[in-house]
Amino acid sequence: MDGAHDMGGVKWLGPVVPEPNEPMFHAEWERRAFAITLAMGMPGGWNIDMSRFAREDRPPEDYLSKSYYQIWLAGLERLMLERELIASDEIEAGRPLHPTKPVARTLTPDGVAGMLHRGGPTEREATGPARFAAGDRVRAKMIHPPTHTRLPRYVRGHVGIIERVLGCHVFPDSNATGAGENPQWLYTVTFDGAELWGETSDPNLKVSVDAWEPYLERA
Amino acid sequence: MTGHDHDHHHHENEHSELSETELRVRALETILTEKGYVDPAALDLLIETYETKVGPRNGARVVARAWADPAYCARLLKDATPAIAELGYAGRQGEHIVALENTPALHNMVVCTLCSCYPWPVLGLPPVWYKSASYRSRAVKDPRGVLADFGFKLPDGTDIRVWDSTAEIRYLVLPMRPVGTEDWSEERLAELVTRDSMIGTGLAKQPHEVS
Repeated sequence: MDGAHDMGGVKWLGPVVPEPNEPMFHAEWERRAFAITLAMGMPGGWNIDMSRFAREDRPPEDYLSKSYYQIWLAGLERLMLERELIASDEIEAGRPLHPTKPVARTLTPDGVAGMLHRGGPTEREATGPARFAAGDRVRAKMIHPPTHTRLPRYVRGHVGIIERVLGCHVFPDSNATGAGENPQWLYTVTFDGAELWGETSDPNLKVSVDAWEPYLERA
Repeated sequence: MTGHDHDHHHHENEHSELSETELRVRALETILTEKGYVDPAALDLLIETYETKVGPRNGARVVARAWADPAYCARLLKDATPAIAELGYAGRQGEHIVALENTPALHNMVVCTLCSCYPWPVLGLPPVWYKSASYRSRAVKDPRGVLADFGFKLPDGTDIRVWDSTAEIRYLVLPMRPVGTEDWSEERLAELVTRDSMIGTGLAKQPHEVS
């Protein structure tokens, strides 16, 4: 989905502003929003690609007007509303108005360390040979799927070199829609700055993305 | 309340801007708790974990070990995930880690242009600037300009390599070891390792900055 979240190369005015001694959270609500989001993954049953799509699939003016954890919150609300874990009138009322929907699991304090330690590895057994090898020239396809993708716009149509073969990984484009993990070979593809940005590019610049095989064609 | 009226007024404005969000988060937590979907004690533990246990001190220990122990450094650069797990760091948002070695000829820098992907087990949660539109848009096109925002000038002619974390691979930069630290212990070396040096937006501290 071509959204405002896909920011690489967009002309953005204003410097990066590091904050000295930055706290991990800037407000109590950020702490709670962060923790609720992590905890709800278990009863909610969605995956990381569904979460990302729920955050990113919104009008640019909405995405750009929200702070980081406000986007998390909006994504979480959408996932919960879609699954009828909560209802809009409950959010407005600030209390439950409808029966609880049964869920398979919830996160208990005892389960926190294990959940974080397990994480969500995405590498899977390969179902076939990798089509590309290190050193191959590939072109990032010119695609504009209306659904979730992790191929940034700034590399689409451009030629790069396969730098690393990273194994077979869950394919976000499928996983985000509920169509299954559909594991695909994943590669680090490196582009010359001039290939992406033209002659005025920094001559010493190379940029890589990690791209699944369906994003790539031989060049 | 005594004095500081101006400051207080300022804070109140910020407060009212955020109040809608604050109220919404409170409402959500209440609903989800009463429905039995979340346990507030588990929420507290998640917050405590990332505020006190997981952070760039973890990554600094990894870098210091790599500087002090060539065999460890070789393992880290070959396959970082198990090498980092040797020090007890693993899991969420660090399931597949690749370490990138900075040299006098090559500077590595990490970004996530699409969201905020970041190696949590070794660096903690990302700072606001890492998630900002300015960093995400400019890092891949004008990394030297971004480094200048950090007060860091990369020598002309140094190759610069930007890694956009578009999949579930997380990147950790292994900064160059400062000269004059040859006889330093791992513990002392770790004090030189800044968060930004492990993202590639800074260098490790010089010995005189910590002694």
